[in-house]
Amino acid sequence: MSEALLEVTGLSKHFDGVAAVDNVSFSLQSSETLGIVGESGSGKTTLARCILRAMDPDEGMVRFNGNNGWCELQALTESELVPLRQEMQMVFQDPFSSLNPRMTVQEILEEPLIIHEIGDKNSRREAVLDILSRVQLDADALTRFPHAFSGGQRQRIGIARALILRPKLVVCDESVSALDVSVQAQIINLLEDLQEELGLTYLFVAHDLSVVHHICDRILVMYHGRVVEEGPVDEVFNNPQEDYTKLLLSAIPSPDPDVPLNPMDRKSLNLTS
Amino acid sequence: MSELTIDTQIEAISPRQLAWIRFKRHRLAMVSGCFLILIYLVAGLCEFVTPYGTETRNVQAINAPPMSIHFVDNDGSFHLRPFVYGYDMHINDDTWMREYTENPEKRYPIYFLARGESYELWNLIESDLHLFTTRDGYIHLFGTDQLGRDVFSRVFYGARVSLSIGIVGVMLTLFFGVLIGGLAGYLGGLVDRAVQRVIEVLQSMPTLPLWMALSAALPVYWSPIAVYFGITIILSLFGWPALARQVRGRFLALREEDFVVSARLLGAGKMRIIFKHMLPSFTSHVIATATLAVPGMILGETALSFLGIGLRPPVVSWGVLMQQAQNYQVIVMTPWLLIPGLFVVLTVMAFNLLGDGLRDAVDPYSTGGQN
Amino acid sequence: MTDNVLEIRDLAVEFKTDTGITHALRDVSFDVPRGKVTAVVGESGSGKSVTANCIMRIIQPPGKIVSGDMMFSPTRTDPYDIVSLDNKDPRLVDLRGDLISMVFQEPMTALSPVYTVGNQVAEAILCHRDVTEEEAWEEAADMLTRVGIDDVPRRIHQYPFEFSGGMRQRVVIAMALVCNPEVLICDEPTTALDVTIQAEILTLIRDLQQELSNSVLFITHDLGVVAQLADQVVVMYQGRVLEIGTVRQVLKEPLHPYTRGLLAAIPGIVPKGQRLETIASVVGDSDIETAYPLTRLKDGREVSLSPEALREIDNE
Repeated sequence: MSEALLEVTGLSKHFDGVAAVDNVSFSLQSSETLGIVGESGSGKTTLARCILRAMDPDEGMVRFNGNNGWCELQALTESELVPLRQEMQMVFQDPFSSLNPRMTVQEILEEPLIIHEIGDKNSRREAVLDILSRVQLDADALTRFPHAFSGGQRQRIGIARALILRPKLVVCDESVSALDVSVQAQIINLLEDLQEELGLTYLFVAHDLSVVHHICDRILVMYHGRVVEEGPVDEVFNNPQEDYTKLLLSAIPSPDPDVPLNPMDRKSLNLTS
Repeated sequence: MSELTIDTQIEAISPRQLAWIRFKRHRLAMVSGCFLILIYLVAGLCEFVTPYGTETRNVQAINAPPMSIHFVDNDGSFHLRPFVYGYDMHINDDTWMREYTENPEKRYPIYFLARGESYELWNLIESDLHLFTTRDGYIHLFGTDQLGRDVFSRVFYGARVSLSIGIVGVMLTLFFGVLIGGLAGYLGGLVDRAVQRVIEVLQSMPTLPLWMALSAALPVYWSPIAVYFGITIILSLFGWPALARQVRGRFLALREEDFVVSARLLGAGKMRIIFKHMLPSFTSHVIATATLAVPGMILGETALSFLGIGLRPPVVSWGVLMQQAQNYQVIVMTPWLLIPGLFVVLTVMAFNLLGDGLRDAVDPYSTGGQN
Repeated sequence: MTDNVLEIRDLAVEFKTDTGITHALRDVSFDVPRGKVTAVVGESGSGKSVTANCIMRIIQPPGKIVSGDMMFSPTRTDPYDIVSLDNKDPRLVDLRGDLISMVFQEPMTALSPVYTVGNQVAEAILCHRDVTEEEAWEEAADMLTRVGIDDVPRRIHQYPFEFSGGMRQRVVIAMALVCNPEVLICDEPTTALDVTIQAEILTLIRDLQQELSNSVLFITHDLGVVAQLADQVVVMYQGRVLEIGTVRQVLKEPLHPYTRGLLAAIPGIVPKGQRLETIASVVGDSDIETAYPLTRLKDGREVSLSPEALREIDNE
């Protein structure tokens, strides 16, 4: 039985009095992939950022089972948080804006090691080369700037930067939704391979249900800042309990022309848009 | 598949090199840049470049027109060494004005890198070497003024003052703008709001009357150098709000950029985030903006001096020179005294074109220079 | 009158860039059958949007149509070649918005923020038809009702920012359809929308197409959308057409290895735990970079394959 890595209790975040995240609680087991699904405005990205303290939540508690045992992230100051940042990282959605355009790939990948004062110049270079080969990029990428790469390659660099510190938890915030289908498949395979090799735990935030279905063990369905349904991915997909989940699933267009799209009526479900 | 191989067409060039490639395509900006480099070089070495000092008078030539350079003399023979003809002066019987004609008898050859009037370069190095001068006679390529002083020499001595005011003023503006704007953007909250209000108040004031009031308040007994710095500070006092506002805006926008958030999540400290990630992303913008601010400074100095409340003789600046050409008599009788105005126009235009070119080159979303 | 409202032949478009000439389209040929939905599907850089912009003649420099023709056969006027039209040709004015109209990806940029919704839809009518302002507003209200906007008498006087993303896209569709165009071009109209809203918009486009029976050219990267909407499918890759056929032919029995790769890479089709196929793994050694001419097969579909590959298909 794997142990819990993260526990979120009663997390809430308000923007101008409107709840973006409303009393969300869940726990994340080590080495599992938890999907957070929802449409725009459901609060899934805000939730992810609150967990990593990219934003400060208004209420609630996030507990993280780090190398030094359980700690409560909200109670820590920014500088107390720095060592913990090694253990939790994020892969962003937009492969174009998440890399500093004025740094070479070498500088981008080395920066996490410099910040955390890990190794000397040579060992850092080795670590950079190692992670680069893990994300299947050539070593001659090191001297280049991000603009010389395609979207898929940049996303590999983003993943390499997140993984070079060997984190336990990786939050993927819509990490494959900006990519073309064929590139998306490559990145998903890469994420799955790396999870196996490095024993990663993913918190996978996405709006694309087929991606989530493929990659996740469990999912949370969010709607208007609340978790409306939670469970193992197959159970939720095959036997949704909540109206909103049913609506969401009925709206996926099937690539089979003989399975007609028959979305449920939002109004009959008493859900406002 | 092509996804895994790096596009070989794009070399490993840095964003700075990319900007330079884009800038090079902007032909007008390139020409302007070269012109500005040249004129700043000339202004910096004006003692050497010009044949005379600012106060050297040629009593034989009062209000004399520009001379032209000749290679072929009256007999039709060609001389490799260029020469000018001396003036013959006579008084017009109707107008009682001095009139000058070129006298082919007085042939003054031009010598390059020759000894002439002695001077102290930057008040340090004593020398008498000039880029060009004549051994006997005199040379006034832009004519002379009402006291017989060489306009060519005075224009470039004036360039030194006017152009340096532009640069020093913009440096001060940059310093205040980046410091105050950066603080407002970084600290946010009350500081931000206070700075915003101050900027709004400063920007809503009409600048010219304020400049006038402030420069009129400079004590008359101040030395020319003190007045010079006084004017520079006054000019930059009203330049920084626009820049500060821009810096603040960029700062706020950058703070939310994914790569800055990502640096924070990596555990980077505040100093590292500011200096490694945020500042490099807007220095190029700030440089472009600063370039566009220089002409404002130069025009400000010119305007104040023209009105007689900026720099005052014996300091020579373009504004001071143009003040002497303030009446319509000049336009009719001695139009060459307006040459400093031409230089103001050229310089301001060059700065604007250069600034436009720079702005287009550093903007990652631009399609590059037209033409 | 032909059965095809639009016949595109050997269309080539080039873009001049810093590094040389980019061939955005290379010998693109396909038909848009009248009264049907034709989907153009491809990934970024496939040239699908460039094709749409060519039809509307809105290719901007440094892009340029270098060759090819697009024979447009509307029922209302005589057929003509869109490529050969002069920039000042009056037929171009009728073409844009009246005979052919377009729905873009971003509903917010297609609508002016300073005019009311009704104003903009009515304007579209007044631009192309000789009607009074009241008639135009009446028609606008009618069209807005048809695209599923509730409480039209009140909403018609509201501004775009008062509408949600899905509602805005409905308004854009109303604007595009209000002149009853012969061809409606939809350029990724649902990509910026949430999946539930996308389903609503797709259903709307499908129903309206059946009701008005105009020809639709639907540009998308999403094979799910293609399956649900299209009659005819055109698969594009790097500025070329690889495969043309009916929706069942292309999605159920794809002939071209690239099409097979594209289908295999969709996560939903692969069970959990199994590795996803990528295009590279499906295509394998097959050649998808070389341009072979489109060959018409017995069942009416066209495919761009090497002679050897074609022979293999013949044998099966």
